[in-house]
Formats: sequence, structure tokens, C-alpha cells
Amino acid sequence: MANIDRDQVLHVARLARLELREEEVERLGAQLNDILAAVSKVSELDLSDVPPTSHPLDVVNVWAEDEPRPCLPVEEALANAPEREGNYFKVPPGGPA
Amino acid sequence: MSEWEIVVGLEVHAHLKTRTKMFCRCELEYGAAENTRTCPVCLAHPGALPVVNGRAIEYTIKLGLALECEIASNAVFARKNYFYPDLPKGYQISQYEAPLCGPGRLVVPTADGDEVVRIVRAHLEEDAAKTLHAGGATGRSVGAEYSLVDFNRGGTPLLEIVSEPDLRSSEAALRFLRLLRQTIVELGISDAEMEKGTMRADVNVSVRKRGEEGYRPRWELKNMNSFTFIGRGIEAAAREQIAAYERGETLQQSTYDYEPDTDRLTVHRSKEEADDYRYFPEPDLVPIEPPAELVERLRAEVPDPPGARIRRLEPAVGFDVAYALVTTERDLLYAGLVADGVEPRLAANWVMNDFAATGDDPGAVDVAGMAAVLKTPGLTRDALAEATAASAQPGFSAADYTSRTAVSDASELGPAIDAVLAANPQQVETYRGGKEGVLGFLVGQVMKETQGKADAKVVNQLLREKLTQDA
Repeated sequence: MANIDRDQVLHVARLARLELREEEVERLGAQLNDILAAVSKVSELDLSDVPPTSHPLDVVNVWAEDEPRPCLPVEEALANAPEREGNYFKVPPGGPA
Repeated sequence: MSEWEIVVGLEVHAHLKTRTKMFCRCELEYGAAENTRTCPVCLAHPGALPVVNGRAIEYTIKLGLALECEIASNAVFARKNYFYPDLPKGYQISQYEAPLCGPGRLVVPTADGDEVVRIVRAHLEEDAAKTLHAGGATGRSVGAEYSLVDFNRGGTPLLEIVSEPDLRSSEAALRFLRLLRQTIVELGISDAEMEKGTMRADVNVSVRKRGEEGYRPRWELKNMNSFTFIGRGIEAAAREQIAAYERGETLQQSTYDYEPDTDRLTVHRSKEEADDYRYFPEPDLVPIEPPAELVERLRAEVPDPPGARIRRLEPAVGFDVAYALVTTERDLLYAGLVADGVEPRLAANWVMNDFAATGDDPGAVDVAGMAAVLKTPGLTRDALAEATAASAQPGFSAADYTSRTAVSDASELGPAIDAVLAANPQQVETYRGGKEGVLGFLVGQVMKETQGKADAKVVNQLLREKLTQDA
């Protein structure tokens, strides 16, 4: 069975830009392993005749007409911005952490 | 010939010309004031759900058909996860294992035969927002103090076309790109203008010894947005790789930026130090299974491809003229003139020289009228020039020009010439005395005598003959 080790927890945390305390690394690692164990129960079934599924609903081809709808007023769009400069969202610099 | 061979593959991005974004109905408008084209979906507010733009699906299938791609029976959107300020959801919705368009090809005609470039896939995704990096010296993210984000572009539909590494020179890469661009533009699905940022390319370059099997590690040149720089970037990458191999070094696969000012490559700072995107099927969107009748309707809308048009014109006008006519999108005008009875070389010459100089829209030309003008025997040069200038303008009437023919028949011009010679005995003597410069004066007199209707070239010749004969 798959097992998430400490390095993988730290790797995923870095990809998500999360800073974890030591006890969180352990606790989240254990939780991730529990989730994997629960999901891997599926592999106990014989699925050789079941085609791969990308979506649980038996529905395809849902799309909308290419017709514009109103946008948010710029003040509303920026209402939740922690910081702004003019009508731009102001954020910490991007790039590698 | 160098013992080294260049190997190039391209990933081309084109902005689709839909009215609204890929997964929400915010209107696309280039140059709109910042953050005025946003909504809860493209700002990634919690709970907001994407809805696919049907027209973007149609456009992508059309492109796939034009590139002879397999159209997927089941296409799936996928999340590409990475963390960056231009991506508010923390992932980009793209397509991964099941793109809309599978393997295809683009046949690029050249004077020495066809270059077949295989297409790996073409898929749909959403573009990221625009970030401006403030502070720091370079205007890039590295070293910036903070970034400013405009989400107008965030979530706009982007078509990605991936070629196999089938291109063997910078020229071949540019020929492919130009023909691909024209195909896209003629489909009406994108303006695909590099200068305006509606088309850009990632260029994968490696080199290998001629005859060598397999490929060596490639360098990816990111976000190239000019044909000139793509050509130079390929040359620069190949040059540096060959030099490294000849020094006995080995190379790694890596990503570079091409610096046009120095003609050098610098290592690209990746958004994600490890390319670990953790793709998985987008749970908020159901699969696309293009219905056969939709695909057939779209197939009927795909125009005659430019490559085939070049080959069809080639026998009449030669490869270079055929290529020029098609790639400047003037071939329909040419074909119309020929269909109306204009001799092919005359038609091609008029279209590519006289008409091209006007800069007018070839689609606006009165083809039947202009054909009548071009077929008029003995049309004066002035009449042709005026007709050319007016041919794409409203109110053009062929009859204004077709009556303006020059008299070039010797029997008609004979009496006028005799009259002029009889009236100017002194000039005739001067000419016969060896001063041929006086001929111009005599030509002018004949033109005056005929109210400008004579063909000056013919008059010139007839005068010379007479003056020599009767001496």
C-alpha cells in the first residue's frame, strides 16, 4: 500500500506554499496516509471490465453560449483585495519561493 | 554542410477570438481598464463554478480538422496545479491525458518539396492573469518588491498546439509557424498576432550529429513573441549547444529566455522549481464528447488550406509567386482575375506589384471590373495606375479606364508622324546630323497631334525608322 513519507509531506507543503510546524508534519502525514488507505480499498475490487472514469456524473457536453454577461464593478472586484494599488491587486512578488 | 543537425519542436499558443472567457461569460476586450473584466469565477471566489464556452470548443475542433487531427471521442479538462499570483484558483484548467485534438499534421510546401510536420495534439486551456512586477531592476519577478495583478486576461481561452520535433532548421521552423498562423487566421478563430500577444510560442531546440538516432537533451525557449527572435533564438541555442558538445560537455534539459539585445540565452526562472503540476481531472466540468454532426458541420466550414492553394497555383506562376500570393492572402484576388480571363502571369504581376503597393484590402477589389481593365489592349500607363489606385475603393467603374487606350497601330499613327516630320524640317535635320536627343521633342509633337492617345513607345520606334529610312 502507498505510504506518504515525511519528505513527501514537506514537498507537497512547499508546492502549496504552506509552512508547517514539526507536529503538523507528523499529524498531516498520518492523515494523508489514512485517506490513501481509505481510497485504496477500491483496489480490492476486480475492475478489469470497468472503463476509466473521469467524472462521477453520467453527463457530457455541458457548455454555454458565447454571450457576455455583466462583469463585477471594479470596486466590487477589488473589495476583498488585502492591498491594492490603483485598480490593481497588490500582492507579494511572484517567483520561486 | 555542418556535421550537426538542428532539431526543433514548437508549442504554439493562440488566443481564441471568442466573445467571452473560457469558463465564465466575462467579455474579452483587449486594452480594457485593469480589473474591469472579472467575475466570481475568474477571480476564484469560493463556490464559483466554471462553465465551458461552447464556441471555444467549436474553434478548437475546427483547428483540429484543419490540421488533420483525430478529434477526441472523449475529451477531459484537467487541473494543472501551481501556486502563483497570476492564477487565483491555485490551478489552471487545461487538458492533459485527453485533449480535444489528437495526432495530426501540417504539410508545408517548399520549392524543394513538402515538409511534413506532425502535430502531437491541440488542446484548450485558460490563460493566466497579467502581472506587473514593481521594484527591482529587471521588471521581472526575480528581485521585485511586489507584483500588481490585472485579472482581465485571467481565464481567457487559449489554444495550445504541440508539434513533433520534425523541424530541422530555423527557416523550416519559421515556414511552419507562418503557415500555421495563416491557417489559424483563415479559420477565423484567432487574430494570432505575435506583436499584439495573441500568439506566442515555446521553442524546443536540440542538436545532434547527422545520421544520429534519437534526440539529445533539449532547451526550451519560453514565451517567444516575434518571428525574427524565434529564428535567432533557435540559431543561438544551436550555436551554444554545438560549442558545448565540441568542448566535450554534456547538457541538461532546461528552460531559457532568449535575450534579443545580446543574442544570448539566460536560464529561465521557473514558476515551480520542480515541474510537479499534480494534474487530475477537473471535477467541476464533465467530459466533452463531440457529436458527429457537430464535427461534420465544422468540417464543412474549414476553408481550403493555404498549403494546398500554393501547390495549385504553382504550375501557372511558379513556386515563389504562388507562395507569395497565398501567404499574403492575395491569392483569391489572383484566382478571381484569372477566372475572368486575365492571363495568369499578368494577373500575378498586377496583384503582387501594382496592387500590393496600394496596401488596400484584396477582398475589396472589384474583380470583374479590374479584370476588364487588365484585358484592355493598349491601355495607357496612366489609366492602369489610376485604375489600380481606385480598384478597391467604392465607386470604381471599369468604363472610366477601358476607353483610355493608346493608339499603337502604325497605319493609324503614320499620317500624324508624317505631318510632324513635315512641319519640323529643322529638327529632322538636327537628328540626322547625329543629335538624337531631339527625338524626344518629335515624340512629344506626335503625342500632341494625337491628343495623347498614341503609345509613346511605338511612336518612338516608328520615328526612328522613318528618320533612318528617308535619309
